[in-house]
Amino acid sequence: MGMTISQKILAVHAGLDHVEAGELVNCQLDVILGNDVTSPVAISEFDRLGYEKVHDQEKIVLVPDHFTPNKDIKSAEQAKILRDFAKKQGLTNYFEIGQMGIEHCLLPEQGLVAPGDLIIGADSHTCTYGALGAFATGVGSTDMAAAMATGEAWFKVPEAIKFVYYGKMPEWVGGKDLILHTIGDIGVDGARYMSMEFTGEAIDSLSIDNRFTMANMAIEAGGKNGIFTPDEIILNYVKNRVKRPYKVYKSDLDAKYLEIREYDVSKLEPVIAFPHLPENTRFVSEATDVEIDQIVIGSCTNGRTEDLKIAASILKGKKVHPEVRVIIFPGTQQIYLEALRNGYIETFVEAGAVVSTPTCGPCLGGHMGILAKGEKALATTNRNFVGRMGHPESEVYLSSPAVAAASAVKGRITPPWEV
Amino acid sequence: MKLTGKVHKFGADIDTDAIIPARYLNTFDPDELAKHCMEDADPLFPEKVQAGDIIVADKNFGCGSSREHAPIAIKGAGVSCVIAKSFARIFYRNSINIGLPILECDEAADAALNGDELIVELETGMITNKRTGEEYQAAPFPEFMQAIIHKGGLINYVKAKKS
Ligand code: SF4
Repeated sequence: MGMTISQKILAVHAGLDHVEAGELVNCQLDVILGNDVTSPVAISEFDRLGYEKVHDQEKIVLVPDHFTPNKDIKSAEQAKILRDFAKKQGLTNYFEIGQMGIEHCLLPEQGLVAPGDLIIGADSHTCTYGALGAFATGVGSTDMAAAMATGEAWFKVPEAIKFVYYGKMPEWVGGKDLILHTIGDIGVDGARYMSMEFTGEAIDSLSIDNRFTMANMAIEAGGKNGIFTPDEIILNYVKNRVKRPYKVYKSDLDAKYLEIREYDVSKLEPVIAFPHLPENTRFVSEATDVEIDQIVIGSCTNGRTEDLKIAASILKGKKVHPEVRVIIFPGTQQIYLEALRNGYIETFVEAGAVVSTPTCGPCLGGHMGILAKGEKALATTNRNFVGRMGHPESEVYLSSPAVAAASAVKGRITPPWEV
Repeated sequence: MKLTGKVHKFGADIDTDAIIPARYLNTFDPDELAKHCMEDADPLFPEKVQAGDIIVADKNFGCGSSREHAPIAIKGAGVSCVIAKSFARIFYRNSINIGLPILECDEAADAALNGDELIVELETGMITNKRTGEEYQAAPFPEFMQAIIHKGGLINYVKAKKS
C-alpha cells in the first residue's frame, strides 16, 4: 500500500521506510516554533528538563508577534523571557520588532521552512507551512519544550482526506473562499486528526499566497495538517529563500484516502463565515444585509502581498464608509515595505483606513482594535468564536480581502463586483 | 500497567472549557485546577471523583483550545484514565505529554454505565467491565508512549532518557 505525502514525510523523519495510518512514531524535527504566548511556558518547562543547551540553535524560531509591540507590562515581561532565552542560548532565529512579522507569514518569507520539512509550532496555525509541501502541525508548550531539548517529537500517523478542486475559478473567488466553503461542507471537526490534501486543476494555477491561506485554516476543520504537492509555483517561491537542502515528496498513486471530496469551483462565489463558527458559511450574495462596525484586513490567513494588492485595487480612489473603522495589518516588515513601494499604503490611508505595524493585534482580541458589546466585525482572519475579537457579545464574520475591502466602502457585507 | 476504577460517564464534544473553564487558567497547579475539573459539564464531579476513577465519554473529547490545563486538571483530580470514542487532536497529545493515559474504544464507551468498574491494561489496550465481564480491545500504546506515561509525562521521560 502506498503512502500519502504526509505519511512519507513522517516516515523519513522517523528513519522508517514505511508507516501506516494510526502508527505512533518518534521523529526528528526540522523546525520548532514558538511565540510570545506559548514560549514562556515552554521555556520554563525546558529549564525543568535540566538541559543546559538547546538541541540545535538554528532550528528553533521564536517570534514575539501576539502582543507586540508590547501591549502592557505583562506582555512586555513575556516578550522579555523570549529575548533573554534567545540571547542566552545563542538562537539564530529570534525576531525582534523591526524584523519580525506574524509568525506564519514570516517563516516562509525568510526561507526558514521548506518542502519536505517536519515542523512543529506551539501555535495552532503552524499548519500554514503545508502550502510548501511540508508537514507542519500545532502542538502544546510541553511538546515545544521537549523538542527544544531533544530535536524530536512523537506523532500519530494521520489518515488523509483528498480535496479535489476542479473547474475555472470565477473572478473574486480565491483561496479563502475555497477553504471556507470546504469547512462549511465538512464541519469544524470534519478532518479531525487527518491530513487535508489539496489538489485539482483549480489548485494547479492557484498562487502561493492563496495556498498559504488554505493551509492556514486546515485546523479550523480539525485537521492535523493541510498540504499541497510541491510544484513549479512552490519551488519557484522557495528557490531564492531556502538556503539549505530539502526534498520534495508526492503522494503515491495507490496511497489510501479515507475520503475524496470534489468541488466544482466554477459554481462558487466569495464565501462568508457567520458567527460563531467557521463552518457557518454562506455565499456573499446571501449576506448583504449585515451592517459592519469594523473591518480587519490582515493576519496569518490574509496579511500577504496579494491580499493587500486586491484590497488596494478595490479601495483605490474610494472612501471608507463613514460609520466603519478599517484596520489593515501587513503580515511582515517585508510585506509592509512592498505595500509601501507599490502604493497600497497610500491608497489605504487616503481611503481613510489605518495601517498598523505587523502584529497579531485584533485577530485574537489582543490589542489594536478590540470590539465593544454588540459590535460586528468583518475580518480576513481565521476564527470567529464567541468573544474572539473582544466583548463576548460582539460578532465576527470571516471573508476574503476582496469582500472586506468592498464592505469597507459600503458599510455592510458587499460583493466585490458592487463597488 | 493495570488500572482499576469507577466510571464517570460523559457525552459527546466535551470541550476544554467544560473540562477546565478559562476563568481558572491563571494557575498551572494541578490541585487548584482539580477543584474545578469538569465543573461546567457536571458541577458535582470535583466532589464525587476518587483517586483511580475513570472518565468515559462519547466522541471528540477535549475539543477546543490547546490548553494543557485540561488534561492537567483531570490528572490532578486523580482520574487514572480517560476512555472515549475519539479525542480532539491537541488534547490527545497534551494528555500523553503530561502522563494521562487515554484510550479510544467505541464499544467500551457505549457499554460502560455510570458507576461500573473497569479494569484497563495499558500494555495490551484490554478493557474489562467488571459488572458484565465483557472485554473490549482498544489500540494498545506502543512502547515509547507507555514509557512516557509510565514516567509521568514527557518532561520526566526526556529527563530520564538524558541521564
Ligand atoms: S494572526 Fe491570529 S491566528 Fe494568526 S498567529 Fe496571530 S493570533 Fe493566531
